[in-house]
Amino acid sequence: MFLTESDRAMLQGEAGDAARVAMELLVAVAESEDAAELLDISASHIDGGLYHGQAGLDFALWLVEGGGQVLVPTTLNVSSLDLLHPQLYRGDQETAAAARRLMDAYVDMGCTPSWTCAPYQLAQRPGLGDQIAWGESNAIVFANSVLGARTARYGDFLDICCALTGRAPAVGLHTDEGRMATLKVDLRVPDRLLDDDLLYPVLGHLLGQLAGTEVAVIVGLDHRAGEDRLKALGAAAASSGAVAMFHATGVTPEADTLEAATGGHTPRRSVVVDVDDLIRTRASLHHGEGPLGAISVGTPHFSVRELAMLATMVEGLSTTVPFYVNTSRDALTQAETTGANRAIEEFGATIVTDTCTYITPIMDDVIGVVMTNSAKWAFYAPGNLGVDVVFAGLDACVASAVSGELVTGEVW
Amino acid sequence: MTGAGFRALVEGAATGELLCLTEPLSLWGGLDPETGLIVDRSHPQLGRSVTGAIIAMPHGRGSSSSSSVLAEALRLGTGPAGFVLDSPDSIIVVGSLVANRLYGAICPIVCGTLPEGSTGAWMIDHNHVVPLQGPVPGA
Repeated sequence: MFLTESDRAMLQGEAGDAARVAMELLVAVAESEDAAELLDISASHIDGGLYHGQAGLDFALWLVEGGGQVLVPTTLNVSSLDLLHPQLYRGDQETAAAARRLMDAYVDMGCTPSWTCAPYQLAQRPGLGDQIAWGESNAIVFANSVLGARTARYGDFLDICCALTGRAPAVGLHTDEGRMATLKVDLRVPDRLLDDDLLYPVLGHLLGQLAGTEVAVIVGLDHRAGEDRLKALGAAAASSGAVAMFHATGVTPEADTLEAATGGHTPRRSVVVDVDDLIRTRASLHHGEGPLGAISVGTPHFSVRELAMLATMVEGLSTTVPFYVNTSRDALTQAETTGANRAIEEFGATIVTDTCTYITPIMDDVIGVVMTNSAKWAFYAPGNLGVDVVFAGLDACVASAVSGELVTGEVW
Repeated sequence: MTGAGFRALVEGAATGELLCLTEPLSLWGGLDPETGLIVDRSHPQLGRSVTGAIIAMPHGRGSSSSSSVLAEALRLGTGPAGFVLDSPDSIIVVGSLVANRLYGAICPIVCGTLPEGSTGAWMIDHNHVVPLQGPVPGA
């Protein structure tokens, strides 16, 4: 593999121990991927600040000890704690202390304490063609697909290695060729479904199962697939599959036409998705029956727009069950200027920032099922929290919250 | 036959019972590092232990937190002995490399496809993957 003079200097420890180890790991991964060289990145998003046990903390503390400092603007993903609302944490104090040390370690390395899984909702976000190294599966798929920035699937550890060196392996989604769709997904559904928010996470969940690691191009979406809907689609696809990028013709920036998305090649596979496929997929996201125990929305983090929409929907209403809204501290600050947060709190909902209800103990003991509008939450929460999940649209979540009964709405 | 066509993504040697995952597994949310058990309720191998096994799977899935979960499982001694992946997966590779650097854990990862119906104890050694006894399936 070709290394520049500065890559080699880092390998020799000239930029400190942390940069040396980061470069060693980066080169080992680049070689495992058959990369010919590394390339410069302009930004990074780090998933490593979420506490999964001692190993992640040991690594971060070791990098801090070794003088690690990020070389590019670097944001931080959700952590295990809500620093703005610390009273929400219901886990043990030992874990909380370790989680806090981990968060501090990444801030010590020069990362911005953004604590969000939706860094693409921040004002400073990458644009078309920018080479970046992002962690967090939903952020990765959004960056590639919707922003047209270029990132591979960076996991914990490798993300900070890229940030500490400013480099990434020049392979896969970083290259023109790696971004070409090899799977065509022909969406043939009644037009009215494109107006339904719920179409997008369901389609995403199915896309993940169909695509695995492949780049797909969806034909049949239009301008109604706005950023919040594409966020839901991508997050679902990156949970049920290893999807790091999709195109949607006429919607995403590298798919003005089908030919642009495929690079003029015939897709290796072509699949038709109809309303029956979507109904089956939607049903597969339900994991339980029983009384309504709680509701959780905002996975990935609610945008300012989604907070405003929820505020309008819940005006004058009260929830009868615990209702959680996950968002970023940045979106919350913006919502505070319009009063949207107050409307949501008056409804009786709990706003959670910096973390998310499916990754850390925040929810009260749930008796019954949890309702969510997030396919990603529906996918992970049963394993993480041991809860049964009912998947439905935001309007159905609000209606259920008010009545205390499960209202799931029409099934298309 | 079995030694051919494999590429070492993380060097090392390991032996273990083969655990063929019929669907990709996200280690984060799918593997409990405290117990080494598969906890993804939608996964066909739910409840199986990965501890000491050689995991064969098409590729990783989902969360980019899986590197941490693998490293933590290897730290606790509940992790797999090694991986045979159909396609390279940097998230798994990094988890193994970091666990090696921090704790000296050995979890080799090779890329390639095992013969259909492979079972029993297997050995990974650099870029060779061989069954420890019995006839070679498909050979």
